[in-house]
Amino acid sequence: MNAPPAQGELARQHLIDPEICIRCNTCQEMCPIDAITHDSRNYVIRFEVCNWCNACIGPCPTGAIDSLRNVRTEKPYTLEEQFAWDVLPEFSDLDKLAAGNAVTEVPSEVKRITEVATAGQGGPALAPRSAAHPYVNLYGPGNPVTATVSGNHRLTADDASSDIHHLVLDFGAIPFPVLEGQSIGIIPPGVDANGKPHLLRMYSVASPREGERPGYNNLALTVKRVDQDHEGKPARGVCSNYLCDLTKGDPVQVTGPYGATYLMPNHPGASIMMICTGTGSAPMRAMTERRRRRMSLNEGGELVLFFGARSPGELPYFGPLQKLPADFIDINFAFSRMPGEPKQYVQDLIRAKGDKVFQMLQDENCFIYVCGLKGMEAGVLEAFRDICRAHGADWETLRPELLGKARFHVETY
Amino acid sequence: MAIDYNERIPNNVELSSNKTLQRALEQWQPSYLNWWNEMGPDNSTNYDVYLRTAVSVDANGWAHFDHVKMPEYRWGIFLTPGEADKKISFGDHKGDAVWNEVPGEYRSTLRRIIVTQGDTEPASVEQQRHLGLTAPSLYDLRNLFQVNVEEGRHLWAMVYLLHAHFGRDGREEGEALLERRSGDADNPRILTAFNEKTPDWLSFFMFTFITDRDGKYQLASLAESAFDPLARTCKFMLTEEAHHLFVGESGVARIIQRTCEVMNQLKTDDPAKLRAAGVIDLPTLQKYLNFHFSVTSDLYGAEISSNAATYYTTGLKGRFEETKIADDHKLDNSAYEVMDVAGDKILSRHVPALTALNERLRDDWVKDVQAGIDRWNRVPEKLGINFKFTLPHKGFHRKIGMFADVHVAPDGRLLSEAEWTHQHQNWLPSEEDRLYVHSLMGRCLEPGKYANWIAAPARGINNKPIDFEYVRFN
Repeated sequence: MNAPPAQGELARQHLIDPEICIRCNTCQEMCPIDAITHDSRNYVIRFEVCNWCNACIGPCPTGAIDSLRNVRTEKPYTLEEQFAWDVLPEFSDLDKLAAGNAVTEVPSEVKRITEVATAGQGGPALAPRSAAHPYVNLYGPGNPVTATVSGNHRLTADDASSDIHHLVLDFGAIPFPVLEGQSIGIIPPGVDANGKPHLLRMYSVASPREGERPGYNNLALTVKRVDQDHEGKPARGVCSNYLCDLTKGDPVQVTGPYGATYLMPNHPGASIMMICTGTGSAPMRAMTERRRRRMSLNEGGELVLFFGARSPGELPYFGPLQKLPADFIDINFAFSRMPGEPKQYVQDLIRAKGDKVFQMLQDENCFIYVCGLKGMEAGVLEAFRDICRAHGADWETLRPELLGKARFHVETY
Repeated sequence: MAIDYNERIPNNVELSSNKTLQRALEQWQPSYLNWWNEMGPDNSTNYDVYLRTAVSVDANGWAHFDHVKMPEYRWGIFLTPGEADKKISFGDHKGDAVWNEVPGEYRSTLRRIIVTQGDTEPASVEQQRHLGLTAPSLYDLRNLFQVNVEEGRHLWAMVYLLHAHFGRDGREEGEALLERRSGDADNPRILTAFNEKTPDWLSFFMFTFITDRDGKYQLASLAESAFDPLARTCKFMLTEEAHHLFVGESGVARIIQRTCEVMNQLKTDDPAKLRAAGVIDLPTLQKYLNFHFSVTSDLYGAEISSNAATYYTTGLKGRFEETKIADDHKLDNSAYEVMDVAGDKILSRHVPALTALNERLRDDWVKDVQAGIDRWNRVPEKLGINFKFTLPHKGFHRKIGMFADVHVAPDGRLLSEAEWTHQHQNWLPSEEDRLYVHSLMGRCLEPGKYANWIAAPARGINNKPIDFEYVRFN
């Protein structure tokens, strides 16, 4: 996870404990940005390169990689110093102070959810080259922020089977910077069946970076009331019911922000292909809204949206989306439960636009985002595979290329 | 590539899109589980073990720790994601696109390479199956089981390649991998070192430190292979192998640490007194090191080998870190220095580099072992004890290659038969040494307790405390 840049003169330096390290090279192999190097004695980390993505932490067999010291920002331990160590330096008085780039441990629940959600990507993710720098993990379960509900309304039709809400949270004077595609954590009040505080739940931000209402320190979420589990058995979602029932003025405990790679490109001419179902539309709405507000700048680049739901009444943001001009965004709705009509899924629409989709897969300036239910993922990947085959290309070859250029992003649950 | 938890075999190779292969593996799976139940860790099927499971190949898929029963461990098939436009980096086919299917002319050779690698995986599980009964701590017991389940997964990786790319022959080889038994007189494992016993924890730590490091170097050279599925499989296995090396290196380091502590307490280096105090004297540790180093050295094969040359020129097996080496990657005109026995002298001579690839890989491995020994040596040094572990000469106690027919002392002197007979017990563990080490092996399974002959680790697994309940018995 990227840390906010060092503030003030203290910084936290990521080090490898030479006494425990067995020089297996796994960390160097894992590091996506070559921050780790070695000589014949020690494995060491370049202070100015490491961005705390933590890709090296899990694979380290010894735990040696999980070492930190506070240092003066202008005077970190150099590579030469680290190469010469037999043991880590003692803790200094600096370690008693909070460093500007101090990163609290990302909650295990966040790691677990992220792991499952991004499995479909097929490899480690990077942020697009023109993504803005995200702030992550500013607030954890130990120091959550209290936000206030400033709006809560139902998005789906009254007779729709799903109850999806648009919830706006205001942070007042507390800094809570987010980018489109990031998530936040919500801690529902009360305790679980074992008497322990509830674990946090993660929700994608549905508003652009400058807020649901520009200039105000607020953000929006898209929350579906959970009343059954994945198998369709009745189950009451603790957090979603809590959120859907909130009214204006209610306090909410928030952690985060989370996510450093599922971010939108910002360079002029960047195109975005968005594929989603249900509340997976939250990041798509955030990105679309960001682009809508900048429409007058004529920055170029296309927006294509494939959006699936049972029926129009079940589709969050159906009304507002329909009002967007066709030359701004190419919207493709797939409805799977329309009386008297064959079932249609997002992958059917993707296939129907095969030529266009293939052209976008080839376009270096096009970034692809998938968000929604796990069930959709396989169908979408299958459609990509078929489209590639039909155009004489190979999806299995293309996908690592897309990943390497941070052009393919998946979050499914 | 998504890992489908609902599938019977977790994988990132989209197994479900190849029904024939999926069914073949699903048929192999029960045989595998039978083998595990019969030959896996003794009496352990009901334990809850705090294991790391690879659930995906990216960095996030790694830190997946939980208590699981070993027969329910999610053995699966994981390949490092492919690179677009990957080219063969060495040999006659250098510059061509890597192969995703086995070329007919290399079929039997590749099959042999994969079977030989695959055979070592279940072999080591078999060798280590009784160790759990004498674990020095819950922490160590957990590490043993982690090593065992990952060796099991490495077998899966090789069997996948056999099933996916070698048709009926591959399926038969897959069955045979479950039928051979380490140390069995009639149907032994393929390589000699994998038919040796692992009778005690010192041997286990030495094995994981030294012999699993051979695994690292073999896998690393196969990770360069022109046959891309093999390369990507081995690359992912390497990441797991690192844990095994850690278990060995830190295990021996903790034994050294404990012995040195007792040496300081009793102010003695007398092996008899130290043995009376229940720790393993440093000279005995040196003998075990000599033994495992020499036996493992043989695994690299003869110094001069036309097979090794063929593997290289045909692109089947590269050198360690092939792509990082700055040369022509064809080796038609380069030389390599190997040792040779000439009369009563050990000399070195230059031979065509292509024929010396076994020796080169062995040399890379020796360098890596030496670096670990250097780290061991810091332990006595830090505690003010004047003792240094050293690696024996490459020719010491060898059964394969140039030195097979001669006797060489650890310091490199050639010895007569009589001298060897007279002295070898000073350099290799004697029956008495082995009996002593064996006598120390007892169960110590209270959380936070460590047997008297080994120090507690500096850190627990996954940042858990060292008195964590790493294994729960049911």
